[in-house]
Amino acid sequence: MAGAATLEAVDNTAKAEAPIQAFTVTLNIRRYDPEKDAEPYWQDFDVELYATDRVLDALHKIKWEQDGSLTFRRSCAHGICGSDAMRINGRNRLACKTLIKDLDISKPIYVEAIKGLPLEKDLIVDMDPFFASYREIQPFLIASSKPDKERIQSVAQRERFDDTTKCILCAACTSSCPVFWTDGQYFGPAAIVNAHRFIFDSRDEAANVRLDILNDKEGVWRCRTTFNCSEACPRGIEVTKAIAEVKAAVLRGKPDIPKK
Amino acid sequence: MSTQNIAAPRSPHLSHRKRRFNIEKWGWIYMRASGVLLVVLVFGHLFYNLIFPGKVSILDWAFVAGKLADPIWIVWDLLLLWLALIHGSNGMRTLINDYAHGRFRTLLLWALGATTVVLLVLGTLVLTTFDPCIGGTDNAEFAAICAAAQ
Repeated sequence: MAGAATLEAVDNTAKAEAPIQAFTVTLNIRRYDPEKDAEPYWQDFDVELYATDRVLDALHKIKWEQDGSLTFRRSCAHGICGSDAMRINGRNRLACKTLIKDLDISKPIYVEAIKGLPLEKDLIVDMDPFFASYREIQPFLIASSKPDKERIQSVAQRERFDDTTKCILCAACTSSCPVFWTDGQYFGPAAIVNAHRFIFDSRDEAANVRLDILNDKEGVWRCRTTFNCSEACPRGIEVTKAIAEVKAAVLRGKPDIPKK
Repeated sequence: MSTQNIAAPRSPHLSHRKRRFNIEKWGWIYMRASGVLLVVLVFGHLFYNLIFPGKVSILDWAFVAGKLADPIWIVWDLLLLWLALIHGSNGMRTLINDYAHGRFRTLLLWALGATTVVLLVLGTLVLTTFDPCIGGTDNAEFAAICAAAQ
């Protein structure tokens, strides 16, 4: 046993001394400058990266070292703010949560803006329609009683809507939805997820108002359960399941919340 | 300041228009309900026509005429016709709503509606006014029955 431990220690030292291997990765980025370009076009960049780098690091390297005009949104860079959702190799991902080691770097990495929302510049889209449908479902607690004492909620009742509290409003789900691509009027998965968060909250009293809003022509019935949203969500929210639960609540007329 | 003195925040507004009939909702329910029934109806139909007789070649005018002499099969086929056609055309309607826009969408929806109505009327007429002796047949036994009836 002691011999094995020594061997391991030697091995670790050897690893620590060896330089970390860097790779040359090609990124193919869909560029668009409304002041210069009539149509978006693909531009490729070669970047030196480590396996532990993220796509966001690659974009930073390009912007800081090669082409300062590259435009993209990012804020916290740690998967919380939801600013840097983009289409990476055809899948909606957060650039700050996509590691280079998880991508096939023998081929170029394709990066483009999310689909279904108006393209403004490079990787930036107009998020206004997205937030408009978010506002429409009234994403705030509505309770008639004055807050003189705490509103008690059991563990089971809190668990009921726990999954949908994780949403960071990055729009990865809504912009991966084929129904939303062809029909911008559709509320989209993100708005329904955030409605679910309040509809299934035992303290909230306006479930019927939100259910009525989502029982619209462009509401939950537009969903075709293609599961693109669940696949795209960087927080692992079971989006399609949440939408199905809202559908069931619309049919029943009230949400299925544990009594205690 | 006690909370009693603060006016309640803006009260939740209900949807401006109250719809009596929500086509998207009932379409969604219809697709699921008819889907379950169609599994039974379609497989019953396939089994009775293709597997139960033992060989596919038995399926001819006489076989269908024999089937439609039984009111149960008329009801079965009527249900199959109406449920499947409306199920299919409702699916087509969602596809048209997804991929067509403006006047082209209106045109396609009308064409789809007209086709569905024509097919439903034709199918219902055939099933309810079926005359087994209207056409010729190679089946000697069947021809004899028809000749005797006239």
